[in-house]
Amino acid sequence: MAALALGRSLLLVSPLDVVIRLARLSSTGSFWASVAFSFFRICLGFLAALSAGMVLAFLAARVKTIEIMLWPYMAAVKATPVASFIILCLIWIGSGGLSVFISFLMVLPIIYTNVLQGLHSFDPKMEEMATLFGVTPLRRLYYFHIPQIRPFLLSACGVAIGLSWKAGIAAEVIGIPSGSIGERLYEAKIYFSSADLFAWTAVVVLLSIGFEKMFVALMKRSFDQMEKI
Amino acid sequence: MEIRVENIRKRFGEKIAIDCFSAVFPVGGTTCIMGPSGCGKTTLLRLMMGLIEPDEGTIIGMPERKSAVFQEDRLCENFSSVANVRLVCDPHVTREEIIGNLSEIGLGESLFAPVHSLSGGMRRRVAIVRAILAESDIVFMDEPYKGLDAALKKQVVSYVQEHTRGKTVLIVTHDEKEAHDLGCGILLMPANGPEEDKAPD
Repeated sequence: MAALALGRSLLLVSPLDVVIRLARLSSTGSFWASVAFSFFRICLGFLAALSAGMVLAFLAARVKTIEIMLWPYMAAVKATPVASFIILCLIWIGSGGLSVFISFLMVLPIIYTNVLQGLHSFDPKMEEMATLFGVTPLRRLYYFHIPQIRPFLLSACGVAIGLSWKAGIAAEVIGIPSGSIGERLYEAKIYFSSADLFAWTAVVVLLSIGFEKMFVALMKRSFDQMEKI
Repeated sequence: MEIRVENIRKRFGEKIAIDCFSAVFPVGGTTCIMGPSGCGKTTLLRLMMGLIEPDEGTIIGMPERKSAVFQEDRLCENFSSVANVRLVCDPHVTREEIIGNLSEIGLGESLFAPVHSLSGGMRRRVAIVRAILAESDIVFMDEPYKGLDAALKKQVVSYVQEHTRGKTVLIVTHDEKEAHDLGCGILLMPANGPEEDKAPD
């Protein structure tokens, strides 16, 4: 409606134009290469942060000193503007691994904080029970801690995946790594191609939502399977 | 052979939970611990379990391997009855054995349902089977039969008696009739207070 009222496709294109442009783009090999480039890097950053965040949270829950030592780092990462990290990363490691690094940085504190909160909410009476019965650490992890962090981890992943895509693509737009979605968005800006801009934005939104739904569903299923023993 | 509790004293802040209490428990037998509310029965059990340290006094002759039915069920809510029992069992205890024991006290129909979906009485029975099947020389039971109706209680009592033969069993109960029905030794704990005589009956 707004596009029709405005009547200027340079400023705001109609949804139909976006769909046509998207269909045209998706028939080219370079489209899929760009999607794969950004998808693998952002997902890699997310998965690395997920693993690191969980390991650090488990260590921090076990050793209070680690929690105290990590607190300023996590607080700094959460509060620092993402643009500062992007520029720092460009100076340090160049644009190739930029989206991996930025995605990792944005996700790490979310996973860490949520998992740690889940572990802290563990009922000490269950710990007493496990101590009395001599339950092994591996069984404690399987029976107590993993189910305990389940709701915290699922909600953290829901938030973190969206954020990793937003920050990852923003980093690519600034760093312009060759062959990335960020580069395509940058080109759309240079050539005043609103249709391209909206088409690529739609691709990012679809990838982000698709990955989030798939990943969270997979996690839920894995948790359910674990509890069915 | 006996377990000796000698001059145990335990305070929680200003509150005296147990004050200079001594008792002897026969190894391989069942003893019911009775007494008025707040006299320190659960604290005594927790001291003997090694979950808390006494301020003064000693406990001599306590076996290494322990199991317990706590006042609360303390079950892993999302896991099934079978999984909850499996958690504390040695690898040599088979799945069939666990299922057999749970079925013996009327849980055959809900073996694989998550325990959060079970009734209070059913959850209590899962906690009892868990304590029985865990490798142990002493079983602590803090009001184990609460929430069970008369018929079910009879069935569970006979299950416990049959499966704890040769083990030391300490049962905390408020129910005098229950203690007499079990036909075991009874330890009466005195009410706590500065003027009370703290010697065990």
